[in-house]
Amino acid sequence: MYNLSLYDVREGLSNKKFSSVELTECFLDRIEQFNDLNAFITVCADRALGSAKKSDQRIAEGKAMELEGIPLAIKDLFLTKGIKTTAGSKMLYNFIPPYESTVTKKLLDAGAVFLGKTNMDEFAMGSANITSYYGNVVNPWSKDKKLVPGGSSGGSASAVAGHLCVAATGSDTGGSIRQPASFCGIVGLKPTYGRCSRYGMVAFASSLDQAGPLTKTVRDAAILLKIISGYDENDSTSSRESVPDFESFVGKSVKGIRVGIPKEYHMAGMSEEIIEFWKKGAELLKEAGAEIVDISLPYSKYALPTYYIIAPAEASSNLSRYDGIKYGFRANGVSLNEVYENTRAEGFGDEVKRRILVGTYVLSAGYYDAYYMRALKIQKLIRQDFSHAFEKVDLLLTPTTPNSAFAFGEEPKDPVTMYLNDVFTVTANIAGLPGISVPIGLDKQERPLGLQLIAPHFKEDLLIQVGSALEKSANFPTLMEIAQ
Amino acid sequence: MNYIETSTGKWEIVIGLEVHAQVISNSKLFSSASTKFGVSPNENASLIDAAFPGTLPVINSFCIDQALKTGLGLNGKVNLVSFFDRKNYFYADLPQGYQITQFYHPIVSGGYVQIEDAAGETKRINLDHIHMEQDAGKSIHDQSPTKSFIDLNRSGVALMEIVTKPDMKSAEEAATFLRKLRSILRYLKTCDGNMDEGSMRADVNVSVHRPETEYGTRVEIKNINSIKFLMTAVDFEVERQIKIIESDRKVEQETRLFDSSTGKTKTMRSKEDAQDYRYFPEPDLPPLILTQSRIDAIRNTIPELPDAKAIRLQRDYNLPSYDAHLIASEKEVADFYERALDSIKKDENAAKLLSNWIIGELFALLNKHNKTIEESSVSPEHMGELILLIKTNVISGKIAKDVLDLMWKTQESPDNIVEANGWKQITSFDAIKDSVKEVLANYPDKVVEYQNGKEKLFGFFVGEVMKKTNGKANPQILNEVLKKNLPIS
Repeated sequence: MYNLSLYDVREGLSNKKFSSVELTECFLDRIEQFNDLNAFITVCADRALGSAKKSDQRIAEGKAMELEGIPLAIKDLFLTKGIKTTAGSKMLYNFIPPYESTVTKKLLDAGAVFLGKTNMDEFAMGSANITSYYGNVVNPWSKDKKLVPGGSSGGSASAVAGHLCVAATGSDTGGSIRQPASFCGIVGLKPTYGRCSRYGMVAFASSLDQAGPLTKTVRDAAILLKIISGYDENDSTSSRESVPDFESFVGKSVKGIRVGIPKEYHMAGMSEEIIEFWKKGAELLKEAGAEIVDISLPYSKYALPTYYIIAPAEASSNLSRYDGIKYGFRANGVSLNEVYENTRAEGFGDEVKRRILVGTYVLSAGYYDAYYMRALKIQKLIRQDFSHAFEKVDLLLTPTTPNSAFAFGEEPKDPVTMYLNDVFTVTANIAGLPGISVPIGLDKQERPLGLQLIAPHFKEDLLIQVGSALEKSANFPTLMEIAQ
Repeated sequence: MNYIETSTGKWEIVIGLEVHAQVISNSKLFSSASTKFGVSPNENASLIDAAFPGTLPVINSFCIDQALKTGLGLNGKVNLVSFFDRKNYFYADLPQGYQITQFYHPIVSGGYVQIEDAAGETKRINLDHIHMEQDAGKSIHDQSPTKSFIDLNRSGVALMEIVTKPDMKSAEEAATFLRKLRSILRYLKTCDGNMDEGSMRADVNVSVHRPETEYGTRVEIKNINSIKFLMTAVDFEVERQIKIIESDRKVEQETRLFDSSTGKTKTMRSKEDAQDYRYFPEPDLPPLILTQSRIDAIRNTIPELPDAKAIRLQRDYNLPSYDAHLIASEKEVADFYERALDSIKKDENAAKLLSNWIIGELFALLNKHNKTIEESSVSPEHMGELILLIKTNVISGKIAKDVLDLMWKTQESPDNIVEANGWKQITSFDAIKDSVKEVLANYPDKVVEYQNGKEKLFGFFVGEVMKKTNGKANPQILNEVLKKNLPIS
């Protein structure tokens, strides 16, 4: 039962094929069995079994809610009341939140069972899940060489792909849901900025961060998305836009839908295989009745540098609160400044420090106009690019990543090259648009690859509609099917 | 022009203020935590105020209305769109590591406050802008030799920063401005102006230059928390700067701290050490958008402000400008005055007498007992009655002071007090004449002396008659009767 989709699990539970306790035990066993994946930072077995019991009761009483008894994994960036939340950092190694994030509260209120908190790049900064204080996460598709799962939601992606949970939550600031989903051969959806509340999510870059689901199918993503979406008075940037029944768009015909292929997403050094799969995806959609249109997003090439100014700038400020004074890790010092310096020197990892430095630099007097202000201007142009494109097409199809998962030790040593992993995903964050990564196939090394769909603001329904069509035609094998 | 002169010639002073006014509001600018003063440490610190991970600011719209009201009350332009920004710096009582403020696009632009300068001329002190920001917490260093304590009760409380143009030319002008600003804010009920509790504090920018030359280098003095300190700090700073220039040195652009125990300012940080606050737009908050109808609705709640009230008091009751401004400077005083006047049917002729009695005797009593006019033991209605008793000659002014003292002590009506003590003035000619005759009969030799030209003795006779009548004889009638009965030969 562990390889079932959320949709099937829900069916199985309501038809009493299995109980939530059985299901939860099964996943807890698997988490232990596949401990090597290091997908979890915290496993809360007792609590999970406790809530599974209650769910079974409610199912028996006919009072089941939408996610009743369904075991999920939660990225360790969502604050979970009473469950340690580290954001992958030593800085929060002992932080037990006194309140529940809005996204996880919505899931709990729908009856979900939390198996534990998944590993992630420290403060969501990374594309390979190699910056976590709690160790690297391994991609379940690894064979002879251990592969990275992508990042920053690497633990969630690995847990879903390895069937250590039914589905998981992630967060996406520059691709942190879609890129690991692509590397791990699962579905990852980043909603429109403002679709989900950020209240109770450890902030990386406030204007870009969005919560979203990592799931085995597009339908599962639709089910979870509906539950975690909606306006929240605790987050002034959350949207009052109505939340449609996303699931009803699964399998809807794509006939007449105009799919744009942005020529700028052909990048030097990109593998031929990726380009082939991209073409294949377009073909499949065409066969399903969609119209394929070549379009141009001329400012795309500036998206990555823009992202690496805006995101670190906000991060440098957001991470100032981790100073050793109020909660989390504290190093000793004889003066206030020494406490700050020692705490932050020991509490943050290299990548986090690098981005704090970059962010501090681009906001500094004398550089602000040259970097930050200019980045905001380019952000406007990139948004305009998309609005122009969406006059001609309904949504866009691109590769999710320029390469498939790489092995540990084979990652780019130069951080800037590493940042290229996000080159196709950051644009959606910069423009606040929703995007989904859907697995399209395996490359020659039998590593998964995903394609990305990007839709206009609040058109996640289109992502579900076209994403499910792509999923259906791609007929991507899940890991279990391959194993069998 | 306002000059000061030293042995080397004339100097002109330029002063600008940045006033931090704590907004009157039950909850904080971005959290629902209470703003109540004087509770135990950290009792008013919410998760947002303590900057817990994942918390987000949510704008308290009442605080916005208060700032808006202040802007309108100070004749400023309320901006339909404004933004919040982050000011980044590390300090133990700044939990976020940044302060949310409005650096680039404040809620109110321009505005002015009208004051009277030293020459009695009306002068406008122009405002640059008013912006909103959150206050920091407090660090307490005197509880332990090795530890500092943090109290976050003040963390996140809404402040309005009211920034003037460099329009003030003397310490007195700056003080007058601050008094006037405080008065207007109290009228608007947007800031209680309580400088002791820190709900109003000012940073002062001071520079000096020779007349007809460019402005000098300005020095900022931080955290002035009384009007007296403001004047002391400016005076000290002006003298210090003049001495520097006179000895051919240059005034450094720097931030100084005022030490109230010495009355001196000292260097806090130089321009080189100035912090780079790395301001940037607050990504957790959308633009603050106001509608014209919201602004209009707030405009309708603005009460009559001190200037308008003073003009009306002069016009309606014929009060002199000095009285009118003094009465109007505190809304509570003006309310007391008008209620008292109302209770005696707005007797126009009593208006000035009432003003004298409030400004003189009542203020003295309030001072003596350390009470505000709202806590006065004497009600406006009783005060009105007292004025009426004086005006209709029922009691003399001298007796009235005793009556007022008893009114304070007993809260009785002046009528009852006068009645109970038999303090009614004797206004009967015959009764006074009898007393006069008795006195004259008692001092025949003094009468002769008077008649021989020692006119000073008139006062002696008045005193004796007063003694005889226990001070109740009406002075005018007594004078009249005495004159008639003491013909100079």
